[in-house]
Amino acid sequence: MISYIIRRLLIAIPTIFILIVASWALMKVAPGGPFASERPIPPVILANLEARYGLDQPEWKQLWDYFYNIVVHFDFGPSFKFKDRDVNDIIAQGFPISLTYGFLSFLAASIVGIGLGVTAAIRHNSWVDYSAVSAGIAAQALPNFIMGPILILIFTLYLGWLPGGGWNGGQWQYLIMPVIALSTSFMGSISRIMRSSMLEVLNSNFIRTARAKGLPERTIIWRHAMKPAMLPVVSYLGPVFVAVLTGSVFVDMYFSTGGLGQAYVNSALQRDYSVLLGVTILYGTLTVTVNLITDLAYAWFDPKIRF
Amino acid sequence: MTSKSLLGALLATTVLATPVFAADKQHPTTGEALAHDQTFTYRVLDEQSSVDPQVVEDVSGSEIVRDLFEGLMNQDADGNLIPGVATGYTTNAEKTVYTFTLRKDAKWSNGDPVTANDFVYAWRRATDPELASPYSWFMEIMSIQNVSEILAGEMPTSELGVRAVDDYTFEVTLSAALPYFAQMTTHATTFPTHQATVEKYGKEWTRPENIVSNGAYVLTEHLPNERSVRERNTMYWNNDATIVDKVVALVINDENVAFTRFQAGELDRTEIPSGQYPRLSEEMPDKVLVAPRLCSYYYNVNLTETGNPALQDVRVRQALSLALDRDIITQNVTAGGQIPAYTFTPGATAGFEVPDSEAAGMTQAERDAKAMALMAEAGYGKDNPLDLSLVYNTSEGHKKIAIAASQMWKQKLGVNVELSNQEWQVFLQTRSNAEYEVARAGWCGDYNEASTFLDLVQSGSGYNDSKYNNPEVDALLAEAKTMDDPTANYTAVEAIIERDVPIIPIYHYTINYMMDTDLGGWPVNNVEQNWYSRDLYKIAE
Repeated sequence: MISYIIRRLLIAIPTIFILIVASWALMKVAPGGPFASERPIPPVILANLEARYGLDQPEWKQLWDYFYNIVVHFDFGPSFKFKDRDVNDIIAQGFPISLTYGFLSFLAASIVGIGLGVTAAIRHNSWVDYSAVSAGIAAQALPNFIMGPILILIFTLYLGWLPGGGWNGGQWQYLIMPVIALSTSFMGSISRIMRSSMLEVLNSNFIRTARAKGLPERTIIWRHAMKPAMLPVVSYLGPVFVAVLTGSVFVDMYFSTGGLGQAYVNSALQRDYSVLLGVTILYGTLTVTVNLITDLAYAWFDPKIRF
Repeated sequence: MTSKSLLGALLATTVLATPVFAADKQHPTTGEALAHDQTFTYRVLDEQSSVDPQVVEDVSGSEIVRDLFEGLMNQDADGNLIPGVATGYTTNAEKTVYTFTLRKDAKWSNGDPVTANDFVYAWRRATDPELASPYSWFMEIMSIQNVSEILAGEMPTSELGVRAVDDYTFEVTLSAALPYFAQMTTHATTFPTHQATVEKYGKEWTRPENIVSNGAYVLTEHLPNERSVRERNTMYWNNDATIVDKVVALVINDENVAFTRFQAGELDRTEIPSGQYPRLSEEMPDKVLVAPRLCSYYYNVNLTETGNPALQDVRVRQALSLALDRDIITQNVTAGGQIPAYTFTPGATAGFEVPDSEAAGMTQAERDAKAMALMAEAGYGKDNPLDLSLVYNTSEGHKKIAIAASQMWKQKLGVNVELSNQEWQVFLQTRSNAEYEVARAGWCGDYNEASTFLDLVQSGSGYNDSKYNNPEVDALLAEAKTMDDPTANYTAVEAIIERDVPIIPIYHYTINYMMDTDLGGWPVNNVEQNWYSRDLYKIAE
């Protein structure tokens, strides 16, 4: 197990390295640059700007300096667009916000999704099942960029219950709509996966044996059926976790939360190279880590899996 | 007690406990009753680039900087020049030396006096290659002595043609006469900065906890991508005249969400969502605000050999321009109250007289007839159609206009137009490298004078994307730089543009705001939309 973790971590390093180099290359291949605008900057001033940010150096040198500063100083460089902040500032400010409502959305999606799926499976082919399935499909068909405007219309304009956006240090009034918008479609998917997986497990031999032994249904579900039924859900939850964090782009846009997703998209559009790379590395590292955790979780849920 | 009624009880106590003295206050000139809560909240599309006067490069950032800092001169509600930190200025006969007299009661927010040295420091800083301000080009077009050499790193910033004669006299020496120089000092890049603060905190000096500013407001809160808050600066020399206590700028990317929040009463001002102007101007006319802006929407025609050879023929260019029905575009396509354009410079520009344009005086039917005749003369028609490509940067709005234009050209002149859109950065490159035939363009004036537009058709201009080269135009514009009244030259240049069609003007932009009826003092007639929060006020409802 330990050696497996170490092996995985060792693979993660070149993975992230390749990610950085590939992002760097793609970024540089894209036309334009951080200082291009409707009004072209005179060459002399452009040269001053490029010199200030080291863009006048050869590409290999820029890449080398970039790695050097990250490894030695943990410094991801200055933002080209926001002159009074650097990438570390931008991530330190935006990531906790994305993480907060991302994590809450993840919890909401998993708890409600799993609950809905299990309930539907237990009451198979009853009205409970049908309504849970319908709710799941409806939720799945509502991506966050649809949910956002609808929620604001209902809760802000018509009912006047919640502020239409902002963060305000993460007060609950400001969290409700982002979390609902972000979790709904994942909730739908999780409930459907949970339901079918639970149905399959409930029809398997060992559950029939347990029933024949006369075990109470509650024990059967929670002690015996739950763990194996969770496996497909767990493999789905890993990507969901990364997706709620990176999928914050729309939530940030609609609810002005100030999260990292917005900074990410804007940095790509404005060719703010350092911010774009910094956030890519963060998301990349996050993906690798979450995948590792998901793989380890398999072993806990399914004793047959050994590393 | 439930949480809801607890909240209600708390609110009730707060309301009762707050003295209501402000309710009787009246606006000193209009006499309107002022609201108790003087908070102005508005929407911005994107996070500002900075609030450092010498670094800021975007419109929403400049709006904040204009509140936080005060330059030599300000603008009034009509865009006229009024005293700022300077009480006035004198020039020498050649208009190459400007001497500003500074008021003695101007203070920084920490109590330090604002002196001529603060301006010397700021102006040198703006040209410093080490700071590498993206707006240092503005100092260059101000023609301050030695500015080009300093930007090129050939001279130290101390050689810049600015000098503190004494603490309250600031002198600027120009390399060439510039009649509109004083107007340029209302631009954020020229605002003073507090040397001790900048040197102490480095690039972090603009954070709310560090910043020292000399405007009517101080920055009290900044949450990037969410909001920034500025509050009354009690040290400001004219603080007594300030009415709005607090200004909140909320970053809301999506215009429809912003509009919803405006309707919910969270915002005093937002933009009219695209395409909604006709409906909203009927449903809530008292909240819709449309006024001319110093901006033009036009098409560049590539005049080099990389362009379409047919476009070398002036008759083809004239025909394309005439056949565009600007009324249909502004009324049915953009539908935001825009003004049809037959000149590059907007008619609202100060000191600009719109030439007697032949096209503007004709009906569209007459223009179409003339366009068809010109096209036939040039040898093109429905039997021998012209193939043309039109490129625009990716946007729903530009696309709609491009489709409308291509349809008009197709139906009237038989031109087959191939439309293509490009991502913004790619588009900029395509256009400045002249790798297009016809390209969409937009330009907003940097100051309220026609040269800010017409300099674009000068052969040496870096922004001349049509690569238009006409010595006559160059001579007229060069002469205008030193004239007392260059109006005639500008009118002449516009007449030449209409004849040569290096660009096809389509419309002049307007500001399209949803503005709460309880917000007073908005400078509707300031075509540059240089607004200062200290001129605004909230009316009691």
